[in-house]
Amino acid sequence: MSDLRELYQTTILDHYKKPRNFGPLEAATAHAEGYNPLCGDRVTIHVLLDGEIVRDVRFEGSGCAISTASASMMTEAVKGKSRADAERLFQSFHQLIAGPPGALPGPEEVGKLAVFSGVRDYPTRIKCATLVWHALHSALGEAKSVSTE
Amino acid sequence: MSGALGEARSAATAPLDVKRLREDFPILHRTVRGHPLVYLDNAATTQKPRPVIDAVSRYYAEENANIHRGVHLLSELATAAYEGAREKVRAFLNAAETREIVFVRGTTEAINLVASSYGRGHLGAGDEVLVTVMEHHSNIVPWQMLCEEKGARLRVAPIDDRGVLDLDAFEKLLGPRTRLVAVCHVSNALGTLNPVLEITALAHARGIPVLLDGAQAVAHQSVDVRALGCDFYAFSGHKLFGPTGIGVLYGRAELLEAMPPWQGGGDMIASVSFEKTTFNVLPYKFEAGTPHIAGVIGLGAALDYVQTVGLGPIAAWEQALLAHGTALLESVPGIRQIGTAPQKASVLSFVLEGVHAHDVGTILDQEGIAIRTGHHCAQPVMDRFGVPATARASLAFYNTFEELDALASGLRRVIEVFA
Repeated sequence: MSDLRELYQTTILDHYKKPRNFGPLEAATAHAEGYNPLCGDRVTIHVLLDGEIVRDVRFEGSGCAISTASASMMTEAVKGKSRADAERLFQSFHQLIAGPPGALPGPEEVGKLAVFSGVRDYPTRIKCATLVWHALHSALGEAKSVSTE
Repeated sequence: MSGALGEARSAATAPLDVKRLREDFPILHRTVRGHPLVYLDNAATTQKPRPVIDAVSRYYAEENANIHRGVHLLSELATAAYEGAREKVRAFLNAAETREIVFVRGTTEAINLVASSYGRGHLGAGDEVLVTVMEHHSNIVPWQMLCEEKGARLRVAPIDDRGVLDLDAFEKLLGPRTRLVAVCHVSNALGTLNPVLEITALAHARGIPVLLDGAQAVAHQSVDVRALGCDFYAFSGHKLFGPTGIGVLYGRAELLEAMPPWQGGGDMIASVSFEKTTFNVLPYKFEAGTPHIAGVIGLGAALDYVQTVGLGPIAAWEQALLAHGTALLESVPGIRQIGTAPQKASVLSFVLEGVHAHDVGTILDQEGIAIRTGHHCAQPVMDRFGVPATARASLAFYNTFEELDALASGLRRVIEVFA
């Protein structure tokens, strides 16, 4: 059970059950869809960019606990950040769950997203956590659809 | 259920000595994450018994040579073993002749062969291929590609809420432009056993040939292609306790004779000059290049093994397991079973309320329980039932009541984590 709690942290389960910033965003200036053909999960990201600032971001779709919580926490983490800072956070997040063990980002870099560190022990689940970030990256770059495959 | 009670029940119901048979499968004795392996992913691939592993190993260690062309002893031995396995497949399917048995990489390649060779020759613009909603992607996509190329149309017969084929709707879809029917014998995602006798009778009454995708059927019941009356039957060795990378296409000789080769190369030719190539006779016309000789030999050993165990007793044991597993899942709160056809192979597909199938799979894996989660390469089935994915426990004859009990307590653990 202790191993499982590393992956399914209380915060993750909370965001899974009560996803934040969930739903459409009428004022959005960019959208992107993320699709994981492995599990059929889809997530759609709506972004409201104000110049270089991510003024608002919301998501829709259904997925597993890891992908839903990752989407929910991503929206909280990037809201108000500049586009470049959001991209940098994606890089740090990727390092956290899939980077070499010697170069893990510190809490000052990833903040609350540190709860996802347990995902690195579950290689088949890494894509669940990164799916929404790829979609965000795509929305920020104006592409329409991304796939984790 | 306690272990002791479980054993008593198993002994009372078992026409098979499952405990002894499990000794034949080395992998069933390993542990996974500190727990004994509970392998419930047999529809994805089955485990291999010692005689299959030994047959492959012995071929490489003692008889390895290319077939059909050497004059030396090893080539003779390898050829005899390879062609001996073809005869075993013929007998296993009760086909009329060994030349009706074509070795391919697997079910997918077998279906692609028919789509490519038979389909291209028989489909034109406006013609139709009829499948069902419950097909695996490998019995959908080759037909889609063919239809795209020919301007033909793929028609799809519906199923009901239990996952049973709507035979009336199926019959209505058989029209003057239907050129081929391609259906699964057993559904991989639902376990449904299709009424293939009725299907072939309905199609043949209109002169339409029938391909059966037998990938999920052959490990659970005996198959007699002549009794079924099908024109093509495809299956994979690895779902029948044999090696990966080897499968079989059975085709009625009359149809295979008239079909053009689909790959060119060695072994499929009688003579070659730059002016003209004469193709070899059946089945070699469809076996271009050096085949998976070790795979064929391993498949032969798997057929010997499964027939020694007996497909009758296997079916009886698996049905007892299925009944136990179905009842157990009903007792777990929040479980919805997907695929409840009255005629089913031992497949338990389900969703758990409030928990995604992937999370179910990850948590069960922590207990050493291997199941499959996802869309099972059958996305139209998932859409039909309005779910993105299911968790699927698929059983083989070496599974036990105790393993199903472990699955049920694992699911209660999942509920605990997500409570």
